[in-house]
This record gives sequence, C-alpha cells and structure tokens, in this order.
Amino acid sequence: MIAAHLPILQVVIPLIAAPLSVFCRRPALAWWLAMLVSVVSLYISIALLDRVLDQGTLSYVLGNWAAPWGIEYRIDAANAIVLLIISGISTAVLPYTRVSIAKEVEAHNQGLFYTCYLLCFTGLLGMVITGDAFNAFVFLEISSLSTYVLVALGARQDRRALTAAYTYLIMGTIGATFFVIGVGLLYMMTGTLNMADLAQRIPAIGANRTLVVAFAFIVTGIGLKLALFPMHLWLPNAYAFAPSAVTVFLAATATKAAVYLLLRFLFTVFGTDFHIFGPALSYLLLPLAVLAMFAASTVAIFQVDIKRMLAYSSIAQLGYMVLGISLGTVTGLTAAIIHLFNHALMKGALFMALGAVVYRFGGAGIDQMRGLGRLMPWTMAAFVVGGLSLIGVPLTVGFISKWYLIAGALESGLWPLAILVVASSLLAVIYIWRVVEAAYLDEPAAGATAGEAPAALLIPTWMLVGANVYFGIDAGLTTHVAEQAAHVLLGSAT
Amino acid sequence: MTAASALALSLLIPLAGAIGIALTGRNPNLREGVTLITALALFADVLWLLGAHLAGGPQPALMIGEVMPGLTLALSIEPLGMMFGMIASGLWILNSFYSIGYMRGNNEHKQTRFYVCFAIAICSALGVAFAANMFTLFIFYEVLTISTYPLVAHKETPEARAGGRTYLGILIGTSIGLQMVAIVWTWVATGTLDFTKGGIISGKVAEGLVPVLLALYMFGIGKAALMPFHRWLPAAMVAPTPVSALLHAVAVVKAGVFTVMKVVVYIFGVDFLASTGAANWLVWVAAFSLLAASIVAMTKDNLKARLAYSTVSQLSYITLGAALATSMGVIGGSMHIAMHAMGKITLFFCAGAIYTATHKTEISDMDGLGRVMPFTYAAFLIGALSVIGLPPMGGSWSKWYLMLGAADADQLIMIGVLMVSSLLNVAYLLPVVGRGFFARPAADPHHVPHGAPQPQSVGAAAAPPAAGSGIREAPLFCVVPLCLTALGCVVLFIYADALYGLLAPLAGR
Repeated sequence: MIAAHLPILQVVIPLIAAPLSVFCRRPALAWWLAMLVSVVSLYISIALLDRVLDQGTLSYVLGNWAAPWGIEYRIDAANAIVLLIISGISTAVLPYTRVSIAKEVEAHNQGLFYTCYLLCFTGLLGMVITGDAFNAFVFLEISSLSTYVLVALGARQDRRALTAAYTYLIMGTIGATFFVIGVGLLYMMTGTLNMADLAQRIPAIGANRTLVVAFAFIVTGIGLKLALFPMHLWLPNAYAFAPSAVTVFLAATATKAAVYLLLRFLFTVFGTDFHIFGPALSYLLLPLAVLAMFAASTVAIFQVDIKRMLAYSSIAQLGYMVLGISLGTVTGLTAAIIHLFNHALMKGALFMALGAVVYRFGGAGIDQMRGLGRLMPWTMAAFVVGGLSLIGVPLTVGFISKWYLIAGALESGLWPLAILVVASSLLAVIYIWRVVEAAYLDEPAAGATAGEAPAALLIPTWMLVGANVYFGIDAGLTTHVAEQAAHVLLGSAT
Repeated sequence: MTAASALALSLLIPLAGAIGIALTGRNPNLREGVTLITALALFADVLWLLGAHLAGGPQPALMIGEVMPGLTLALSIEPLGMMFGMIASGLWILNSFYSIGYMRGNNEHKQTRFYVCFAIAICSALGVAFAANMFTLFIFYEVLTISTYPLVAHKETPEARAGGRTYLGILIGTSIGLQMVAIVWTWVATGTLDFTKGGIISGKVAEGLVPVLLALYMFGIGKAALMPFHRWLPAAMVAPTPVSALLHAVAVVKAGVFTVMKVVVYIFGVDFLASTGAANWLVWVAAFSLLAASIVAMTKDNLKARLAYSTVSQLSYITLGAALATSMGVIGGSMHIAMHAMGKITLFFCAGAIYTATHKTEISDMDGLGRVMPFTYAAFLIGALSVIGLPPMGGSWSKWYLMLGAADADQLIMIGVLMVSSLLNVAYLLPVVGRGFFARPAADPHHVPHGAPQPQSVGAAAAPPAAGSGIREAPLFCVVPLCLTALGCVVLFIYADALYGLLAPLAGR
C-alpha cells in the first residue's frame, strides 16, 4: 500500500517536517527531526531506484487526477539516481551539520536553519521527481528561496555572506523567471504542462519561432541555476561565505538538480528531433563547457581562499557534465550522469574537509593550510584523497568520470576534445597541489596548535572519502544506472 | 599455496609491510626489521611464482574485480613481467639495507614516511609487473607515481619541492594527458585491453593513425623518459640516494620501459609494427634521445646529475630495442631492463656512499677519493663497465642483442649509434673512476662544507674524518649492498643464458 505512494512520500515528508521544525525550540530536536526525515528519504530513494531498475519508468498521479490535467510524478533511471544523490548527501551531511552549524550560526537561528534546510531539501527532491514543467518551477523556487536564507546565515562568520546571498537572490530570480517564461511559452503553444505530453506535442508544431524562444529562455534560465559559464558569477561567493555545511550540501546537490533539469528539458521535452537541438548542443553548450573547464580552472589556481578555489573548480566540473551532455550520445550522457554522481561525492568530501579546517581555525585561506598535514592529519588525508579524485587519479571516482568522458569524445570522433578534457584536468593538479604542498611541506604558522577536528566532522567526511574510493574501484552500479538513464533520455531501448 | 594466492600475496605482502612500518614507526629498529622481513618475504613469494612460471602448464592468474563493465583489475604472469617482478623485489632487499645505512648515516628526518612510501611504491611496481591488461597496468602506474612523490620531495627544501613538482607534473601530465587518451582510444577501437600475444591493434585502427597512437603511448609513458619528457629524472635528483636508486633501478624508470615493452609486444604486436613500419619514427627519436642525453651527461659535474642523464640515455636503448620491432631487438631491450638495473643501482649506491662518507656531490671534488674508499670505487668501476657494455659484465649481452636486433631490422645506422653511445659512456663514466684513483687530492681532502651535518657512524667502518690517508668507507650497511650489486653485474654476465631462456617466449622462440 505505502509502496505505491513512495513517489509522493519522497517529497511530502520533508515538506511537512519543515514547518514542524520551526516549533522545535531546541536546535537538537530540529536536528533529530531533519536527520530522521533524511534517512527516511534516503530509504525511499533507494527503494525507488530499485523499482525503476526492476520495472522501468514509474508514474504517480497526484490526487488521482489523470496525467495531462493533474500533476504527474514520473520516475525513471535518470531522476532516480539524482534523488539518490540528494538524499544520500543529505544523510551524510546532517551529522556533520549539527556540530558545524552549532559553531557557525547563532543559537536562535539554528531552528530556522533546519527549517530552511528541509525546505531546500524538499525543493530539490521535488524538482527532480516531478513530471510537470510548472511544478518543477515551483519546487525550483522553493529550493532557491530557502538557499538564499541558508547562504545568508553565514553572516555570523563573515558579513560578506549577506551580499553573496543578495547576488544569488538577484541572479537566481532572473534564472527562475527566464525558466517560467519559457514554460509559459510552451504552454501557450501546446496547452499542456506535462513533460511527457509536451514531448509528444512539440514535434507536431515543427519549426516555430515561439518554440525557439521558449527553448532559449528555458536553457538560459536553467543555465543560470546551474552556474553554466559565463552565468556563474553568483556561485563562488555563495559557496565561499555560506556556512560550511551549507556549502557541502549545495555543492553536492543544488547544481546537480539543475543539471538534471537541463537534461530532462533538452532530451525528453524538446527531444533530439527538435530542429535547433543539434546546433544548440554543438555551437552553444559545447563551447561554453570547454570555456568553463579552462577559464574556471585557471581562475581557481589563483584563489587565495580555498573554499573559493573549490567553488571555481565546481564551475569547471559542471563544464565536464555539460560537455558530456553536449555530445548527445549514449556514452556522452552516461559520462555526464556518472560525473553528476561522482562529483557530488568528491566535492562533498573536499568541502567537508575544508569545513573541518574552518571549524578549527575560522577560515580556509592558503595560509591557514600551512602545516595542516601535521596538525590535522585525518582531515588533510581526506582532502588529499578528495583532491586526487578531483584530478581523476585511478581508483577514485574521478577516474571513472574522465574515462567515460574521453571515451565519449573519442567515440564521436572529436579527438581535440579528448585532449582538452585531459589538459584541463591537469589544471586541477596545479590547484590541488598548491594546497597539498602547503599542508605537508610548509611549517605550521607560529602559535597554531595540533588538534584534529571532532569525530562528528571527521566520520561523515571519511564516509564520503570511502565512497569516492569504493565507487572508483567498483563502478558497476553507477555505470549501469547511468547508462540506463542515458538510454531513457535518448529514447533508445536498453 | 595456489598460484592465484601467490599473485595476491605479491601485492598484499608489501601492503601489509607498509602498514606494519607505519605502526612500528616509534621504534626504528623494529621498523627496519619489518621492512627487511617484508622484502625477504616478497622476494620468496616472487621466486615461488618464478618456479610456477617455469614449470609450464597453466600460468598463474588472478582476477581482482571488475571496475567498469568489461574493464577488470586482473593479474597474470608472463615472461617480461616475471623478470621485472624479480628485479623489483630482489633489488628492494638490497635497497632496504642500503636505505638503513644511508638514512641513519645522514640523519634524515621523517624516516617512517620514507619507508611506508617505499613499500607502497614496491607494491605498485609489482602490480605493474603482473598486470594482465593495460587498464590494471595504468592504475598501478599512477599509484607508483603518487607514492613516490613524497620520496622525491622528502627533504622539503625549496629545491626538493621544485623537484617534486616537476616530477609529479611531468609524470601525471604525460600519463593522464597522453597515455590515458591512448588507452581509451585502444578501448574504444578494439573493445579489449588484455595483453594478447601478437597485439590487439591490427586491423582495428586505420593504418595512418597507428603511428599517432604509438606516439601517444610512447610519450605518454613519461617514466620511460623519452626526450622531451625526461626533465623529471634530473629534477628528482634532489631526493635521498636510496630514492634515486629506487627511481633509476628498482621501480620507476623500469616500470616505464617495461610498459613500453608491454605495449609494443602485447598491444601493437611486433610483427604488426614491423609490417606497417609504424615505429620507424620512434627509432630515430630514441636514437636522438640516446645520443643527446649522453652528451648532456658529459657536461654535468654533479655526480648524481651525470648518472641521471646516463639513465635517460640508457632508457632510450630499451625504447630503441622496442622500436626496432624485431625479435632480437625486443629481447635485447628487455634484457637491458635487468642489466641496466643492476649496473645503475651499483652506481647510485656508490654515489650515495661517497656522499654519506664525505658529503661530496661534485665530481671535481672527488679527486683521490678512490684510495680512501677502494671498495666503493671498485664497485663503481664494475657498474660503469656494465653500463658501458664491456664483458665480463651483464650489460655486454643486452647491447649485443640490441645490435643483432638493429642488424635484423636493416638499421645499420643504429648499430653505429649504439657504438658511438658506448664510447660516450666511456667518456663520462670512467673519468670518475680515473680521478678517484689517480688524481691528486685537493689541498684539504676532508673539507666538509660549512653547515653540512657530520656523518653519524652506524656501522663499524665510519671513522671520524682525520688527517692523513687510510681507508674510510661509508657505513657497512651502505658498502655491503653496493658490493653485492657489483657482483650481480658479473653474475648476470655468466648466467645471461637463463635470462635469455626466460625471455625467449617473447620472440616466439
């Protein structure tokens, strides 16, 4: 009985828990509530993924209103894996959050923090699970609005969090508005908001300027949320000044949900037969992805603040995902989806390790990293493994991503692209190794005392590090799901 | 013991050793005990594998797991890998003894980290040796790079850091930037990465593109130090001498040229390369690298730098042997892996012993030292003769087969190149010995540079510097290993036939 309602429970449970946590006077209580919700969500998303792999696409109609009129939740391999990423990262990050937030956010705001956190969690899950274009917008806004608050909560550590949140608010709102304009135009042309329905009706319209405009608005809108170069300006500051736990959560999930939305609209809604589909991929997304890979990585090399450095690295990594998408082949999409999963793991681990440094020293400048290899051996070891994964060294998930990306480029006959992919990962060597050298070869700053971060921060970090290695050695599950998702998106039978 | 478990042990023993070393870090004697026991156990295990290999029948194989669909981590035994495994595990024993003498003699810091990384490097070298497919090999190749980085940057001085950066930059840059592309290309084109007799490329890649793929491999295997990607070797000279020995003889460069051989024999196939002529360009590049590095070596006054360029040159012999694409060339090149390992480790041990005893690094300061350190210098002479390729040292055989290979390939110019190179070797190696024995020592032969730490005595032989002549060798832990490796050069000459027998299946004989 309950099993049939899993899709809606995935969204409704955190949605109900969010206002409840306002009433929790003690932050600890709110934390327990969030933790419980997160674990249940993780369980649901695993169950859903299992069912999808077993039975194919699941459809759930809200309130028994049949599809084109009511809202449909539609789950296939492509969004099941993203649901798993979001709820899995949330479950890993919450134990970390308790200690980290207790130090970084004022006590009276901590209850509010968990409310916003749960709302953001709801929004992300909702925009991924839904099969309705307008519903996706609603959830997108839920997650965005709560994210602005979460970022602004970093103000106790650094007042600049407020301007970062404000910039994000402006840019995010523009993005969401563009998106909804595009959806509105689609509705005007087709009279439906259901994605599967849209997919059926759009080809019948043929080449039409309104459709092209809708396409442009939607891609641009999602591009802003996804921090697609050059629409990434909000991201570095938002990541750098948000509380550490928020940065981990956002970096590992928020942009991933946007990438998913891009995939869904490009491949399912508009479809490969859409007349400007090919040009949009090869003349718009591909160049932007390559630019992101190089420009953002280069900027990352010159960052003094390591959190900002990793934020720029995220923009470059999103470039890899978009690159995989822009290839438009099964291997390319597989690479993009695998990297979606893998990047969540690596950036999660890296930002968690940095968060532990911030916890101890109140900042994460390159100067603060000096000698940390001796002062915080476990934290820095986690950082090194995460960094190796980011570079794409074998036995880590990064290697799997790179492998598929290169294979995708070679399969499409794009030799130069394969070279560009590896060349840009060499830039990652440079910016990661700066930190490693500072941590292991420099003497600690005078007066800095040894002291490892508390276990509550270390254990979640190492869980993600472990996942980095585990899925780097046994990538059977991720590659299988990603490949199936690619087939679903391309509409080819598995 | 089954063959599969012996293969697994060849990786697990050094790994367990690394953990044991880390745990016993507080007690140096116990820690070194763990190192030595691990090295001996590993060598015994590899010997057992050799027995199983020579006994014929089904070869040992082990499947560890599947990483991506179709891409497995698997180990197996074939002649080339068997030889490399023997070299790496056998020389590790001697190198461990030597490390103890050197590291203690020079009061190096962070010795636990040193020994741990060393054990991990050996583990990955064996992984490279026994890899059953290119994917597995690549993974261990990268682990080897990363585990040796802390060794290269060991001293943590700005120079060590710059050296480490160059080391890591070139090795990671070439392997991810070129080699990985080549491997994925091979995978996309052929659907397999297994090492197969006769190669897997034939008929799968357009003939015009084969040289390009070969170039991606050859330059991508940065550890083989083919010019212009050789800079990391001299840069890594800042490391302590046992590390240089590890880099030059035991594991790192040997893993590089070993991979070159593997790729040529089992990915491309010798016959395929010979029939398409895809490797012709490589012959010339290797020949250039071979001569140019020898000439650069002559200009170096720093002993370790001179030896480093000598290594670059010697590695090109092996690449040349592969590029000739004849069975004799392949056998000669493969043999040279072993012969050069034994000769070069002797030379580096000697350089380190000289440094430990006198803190001298420049050849021009070493006048007359031969009379003070006769054992070291005698060993240096033997090692040098082997590298030059004169009988009765092992190096003569590999050069002999290389020349045969060049003749088979109708590359008569290459025979000339090899001979000129041997003369160049004479010109840059023998003067070191000559100055040591015959030149008059400078006015103050025992001058220790200001600020340099005094050598600390460990063995019986290290006496405090005193006026007047007399034998003052490095600690016994340094001198005995280098005498043994010098002896090894001679033994390899006498028993070269056994090595030939081991390698003969490569050429289908």
